[in-house]
Amino acid sequence: MSDTMNDSPATRSITDQDWRKLVTYGIVTACTLIFIALSNMPVALDDFDLIADRFTLGDLSLYWLLLVIGVVVGKEAVLEGMATHAKGARDVVSGAIAGVLAGAGLSLLVILINNFELRDPLVNWSPQTLEKLSVGGSILSGVLLWLVIGGVLGAIGGAMHILPSRIRQLVIVAAMSVLLVAILETVLSDISESFGLEPLADIVYAKRGGLTIVGLLIVAAVAAAYSWWGHAPVKDAKQRFQAMEGPERSRGNLIAFSIVAVLLLVLPMLVGGIVNELLANVGLFVLLALGLNIVVGLAGILDLGYVAFFAVGGYTTAILTSPNRGDSWPDWVPQTNWFVALLIVVVFAAITGLFIGAPVIRMRGDYLAIVTLGFGEIIRLLFLSDWLGGYTGGAQGVTNIRGVNIFGLATVRGTDPQAVFYLVAVFCVLAIYVSWRLEHSRVGRAWMAIREDESVAEAMGINTVNTKLMAFVVGAVLASFSGAIFAAKVGSVFPTSFIILVSIVILVVVIVGGMGNIAGVIAGAVVLIGVLGGPRQPGLLQEFSNFKLLIYGALLIWMMLKRPEGLIPNVRRTRELHQEEFLQDAWLKGEIDTGDEPDDMGEVAPA
Amino acid sequence: MSGERLLTIDNLSVTFGGLHALRNLNFHVDEGEIVSVIGPNGAGKTTFFNMISGMVTPTDGDIIFKGESLLGLDPNQVTARGIARTFQNVRLFANMTILENVMVAQHCRTKQGVFGSLFNTAAFKREEAEIREYGEKVLGFFGSRLVGYRLHQPASVLSYANRRRLEIARSMATKPQVVLLDEPVAGMNPKESEELTGLIGKLRSEWGFTIVMIEHDMGVVRDVSDRVVVLDHGETIAQGSYEEVSTNPQVIEAYLGRPVEEAS
Repeated sequence: MSDTMNDSPATRSITDQDWRKLVTYGIVTACTLIFIALSNMPVALDDFDLIADRFTLGDLSLYWLLLVIGVVVGKEAVLEGMATHAKGARDVVSGAIAGVLAGAGLSLLVILINNFELRDPLVNWSPQTLEKLSVGGSILSGVLLWLVIGGVLGAIGGAMHILPSRIRQLVIVAAMSVLLVAILETVLSDISESFGLEPLADIVYAKRGGLTIVGLLIVAAVAAAYSWWGHAPVKDAKQRFQAMEGPERSRGNLIAFSIVAVLLLVLPMLVGGIVNELLANVGLFVLLALGLNIVVGLAGILDLGYVAFFAVGGYTTAILTSPNRGDSWPDWVPQTNWFVALLIVVVFAAITGLFIGAPVIRMRGDYLAIVTLGFGEIIRLLFLSDWLGGYTGGAQGVTNIRGVNIFGLATVRGTDPQAVFYLVAVFCVLAIYVSWRLEHSRVGRAWMAIREDESVAEAMGINTVNTKLMAFVVGAVLASFSGAIFAAKVGSVFPTSFIILVSIVILVVVIVGGMGNIAGVIAGAVVLIGVLGGPRQPGLLQEFSNFKLLIYGALLIWMMLKRPEGLIPNVRRTRELHQEEFLQDAWLKGEIDTGDEPDDMGEVAPA
Repeated sequence: MSGERLLTIDNLSVTFGGLHALRNLNFHVDEGEIVSVIGPNGAGKTTFFNMISGMVTPTDGDIIFKGESLLGLDPNQVTARGIARTFQNVRLFANMTILENVMVAQHCRTKQGVFGSLFNTAAFKREEAEIREYGEKVLGFFGSRLVGYRLHQPASVLSYANRRRLEIARSMATKPQVVLLDEPVAGMNPKESEELTGLIGKLRSEWGFTIVMIEHDMGVVRDVSDRVVVLDHGETIAQGSYEEVSTNPQVIEAYLGRPVEEAS
């Protein structure tokens, strides 16, 4: 980009380094690496081969940062009108220096573990970690090794800046594809089985796990070929789609929507049980996140106790459909099938929404968040309490919940994840429709106005209490749907299924995905719940389940710093968060009005 | 010119802690009047507006609109009764589009709820079309500035003067009887304020609004007001036509201070 702006940007000499930056970045990376090593990731993930017998996920957990730091130190903000420099050998050297500094962190750790005993506070201050870090060799070779690896990987990272952009893209696409194919081994083998592609899978994957060398080359070659020839047409098609307007656009949307819909209908039949289980879990959280998105994303009410409605949905369903519910219920409380129970669930969720909402809704901002947090816990503790133990089973919960009997045709229960997925999908479509219709209606506009400025919204004639309660109730009902399906899927509900972590995870899904955007919320659920896993549900990367919350936290911090609007952002939110950039763009495009009609200037200007 | 008594402020007082923001204020507005409220900074003008619009509760006295007291009503109820306002420090819904800003202001005049929007009923569609049409009509009052391609731009791209215009448009969209304008021409250049002065006149003659206006620009006050009320330290110090008020020694003192020899 920079080389097109200036005529001939000068290269800098190798010694012309920004030492301060290199040292800072190097030390920060070194500390991060030490943290990763002591979090036991390298040892715990060492059983998972990415490349058979050669490279494990544990290795990757240490190496990737060294590569990244090499790229990052070479990055420079390109400012309009400022002198830029051509990338050259200097960037390779700076990458290498930062890499060595970062690697030195691990060298230091090797020495420390060898000489001191800190196992008491640091559980992973162990011989296994030491062995892993010194790669089975002596201490000295371990120390030197990390300096060398750091330098080499940092240099490779720095060298990425020198490559022509097309080649750089090719390398990145190939490397990412190899990584993806290696990590998704279980799932891809599962899918290849349903397509009768086991011979291919046998070539790509080794018997004991991990890619074979041949497999690695095949994957890299295919990805590289796509990057070289296939990328441009795809990009063109995307741009064509984005340039569409009016009826053409809506037709394009319809086609895209149909493709997604057909894929969703067909996909579960092609993939095995594991992926279907994942899809069902993702669906449950999509439902929850869409509900929370109405409350937080549209109406701007930060609800940290959203799990309460999930719990009400789950428990109500459980009590109405399980023969194994608490003993204190009078006989007239019916045992019904799931669909009848669902109607009662909706009513109960709405009542709970009103009940919790009414006192909470008059508060604003931080106070509201804290109080909702409290209510979320209160609901769980009520279900757990002795007082309601006769009704809710206390800590034993309600078990033996019957599945969803679809008019005698089929029964949906947890043992059949595919059926659960279809059931969830139906409700997700319903939730998407509700979100979409409400956003573009009188009620939706009122929610947005309240989010923007509550006092002014009230002065403009909006009954803020009722309107916010409405958002609360709609959100509660969507969450209760999820709870009802959850109960039927798992077959039992316990107070521990509804811990506060669930609320937080749903909120993180909404934030990471893109608050206020339906597609964003779905993307967030797929990435977080599908890939990493939910609070209790395993994700695609089951190996990471012990480090799930660590990765959640790191991801959230990174998102807040680099992309606060989320993966697929809402237009308004992006504007709000990047107000200055947006206004500058509008000004450059001539869309902003700097005054009035041009002739104003003549009259106002002093003579 | 003036018709029936519309708004009566009866002996109104408010204290914040020990501070008397307003003290025993008496004031009335007849239908079709344009009344200006002036006074030095901190005189209690905006507090006066906040009290009428229900954002601040008076400690004493009464506000009577069309024969009924407004005390105890929430701001949205006051707006529903027919009193709209603008804000001194321009508080638009900055991330909503210009059209949405005036559409949302019709909230209390419309009634379609969740049910209508979910099932996309005929009544819902009709009401949406009406809201939109009226919104565009209100924006059209300001000429070409707020319509056309601007309809779907966020309010944050507007210039300062246009934001002020949109604020007025938004208050008009609530279909009020009385409009409270809080410094409508602040920050505008002379030509713009002259034009807006004309528009304020039209708000009465064409739209039939009664207007109460806080303004510092004496040119504007002179040109449009039927009556001027002067506040200082929360008290009414003068009322009457512009000419009467502008020559009142108490008013001159409030604005300019007392000459040194008199004060000592």
